[in-house]
Amino acid sequence: MANPEPLKSMGELHQIFLEDVYKIPEGENIKQCIQCGTCSGSCPTSYAMDFTPREIIAAFRAGMLDRVLKSNTVWMCASCYYCTVRCPAGIKLTDIMYELKRLGIEYGLYPKGATAPVLSKTFVKMVDKYGRSPEVELLSRFTLATNPFKMLGMAPMGAKMFLRGRLGIFPKRIKGQKDLEKILKSALETVKTEKEA
Amino acid sequence: MQKEYLYYPGCSLEKTNFAFDHSSREVARGLGFELKEIEDWNCCGATSYMSVRELRSFAISARNLALAEKQGKGDLVTVCTACYTVLAKTHNYLKENAELREKVNHALAAADMKYSGDVKVRHLLDVIINDLGLEAVKGKVRKPLEGLKVACYYGCQLSRPHGTFDDPEFPVTMDNLAKALGATPVDYPLKAKCCGGMLMTTTEDVCLKLVKDLLYCAKEAGADLVITCCPLCQVNLESYQAKIKKAYGTDPALPAIYFTQLMGVAMGLPGDKLGLGSELVDPRPVLAKYTGNGGGR
Repeated sequence: MANPEPLKSMGELHQIFLEDVYKIPEGENIKQCIQCGTCSGSCPTSYAMDFTPREIIAAFRAGMLDRVLKSNTVWMCASCYYCTVRCPAGIKLTDIMYELKRLGIEYGLYPKGATAPVLSKTFVKMVDKYGRSPEVELLSRFTLATNPFKMLGMAPMGAKMFLRGRLGIFPKRIKGQKDLEKILKSALETVKTEKEA
Repeated sequence: MQKEYLYYPGCSLEKTNFAFDHSSREVARGLGFELKEIEDWNCCGATSYMSVRELRSFAISARNLALAEKQGKGDLVTVCTACYTVLAKTHNYLKENAELREKVNHALAAADMKYSGDVKVRHLLDVIINDLGLEAVKGKVRKPLEGLKVACYYGCQLSRPHGTFDDPEFPVTMDNLAKALGATPVDYPLKAKCCGGMLMTTTEDVCLKLVKDLLYCAKEAGADLVITCCPLCQVNLESYQAKIKKAYGTDPALPAIYFTQLMGVAMGLPGDKLGLGSELVDPRPVLAKYTGNGGGR
């Protein structure tokens, strides 16, 4: 995985965030947030977040997006889409969460020791390699990278799954792996060209 | 009603949740249609790929839609609700955003592929309820599940936010299906709440609470088992019951199976063909109680 990009200023972070959010269909609705808190009240994991979903938008308006990114907040989002379907202003908060996760990874702005970004990055590596997600290799690599001692604790459940024929130990590449690589490469070039422009 | 639907199983159905794949194909066949797997599909990207890369995530997801367009006609059926959401989202966003469509097609062109936007992404439950209809399902029931109390758990991504056939707040399609099979759906207010999904891997304590609530609520409502339409929900619901007992005191001891498995049992299909017995909490004793044959075995 490439090293995080350096950011010139927090203003730049806000600029990039807003530009990206505006590209989401109906993304400009973010301007209409009335801070009603429907999102936070609907969120199954807001109880464990440092900033609730409502507070994310408040923090963005206050120019404190970096603090949100460095907190546990966005990595607690399970993509359940309750906030998105309930928001009276039509703000697609789940998409905003994805955007914040991406910004966090791209600029290295996430809490020290956070495991969720590691899982996402490992997932991407696996899909790039095989074209599909090899669940056993994914979980093994993730656990080795975050908490190797947990490997032992996972053994009993692994054994049970194995006995029931539920562990795929030998991942296969899809036939069109080369095609997939070409697609990814081309899309990456587009992203790079845009950034330079 | 199509005789054949293009089918996208998704990664987790290959091994971990093969029971969902097998039971879906068997039940479809029993109902008179085939699920034709699209050749050489790739991962839809799930929630993780989208968390790292945006355009590339849409591009790999769109490769599947392009394959579907090339390999057949009609709707593309998924059973994994995460795949359903990602593929439907890709289809919808490409439709709504011309710039994104152009960029994604530019990427696909590197592999001589193209997506013109003609694939309708659907969930198997939608096909069964709306193309086939509950009366036809009733006609296929050989072992009505009379007396069996079922908690129908929909989770998030079946009806939120790209679902087209059920209510995002209070879905009912699986409840109606359970009734058609002769079972009794219990009142289950948490049926569309989130199980935490992948958070079980990254922040287990936060996720465990969500799953505990789901299971205790189903238990309190008197459910004999939970049916679900999502592979990740199934794993989360059944695999952490020992930990829930340790953390919260009561063992939920509640089997969680796929709605397709329950359908198969009611249709009299053999249990091994439905993947019954691959669960960590064995549903066969309770199914045997209501069908008299160990869930078709």
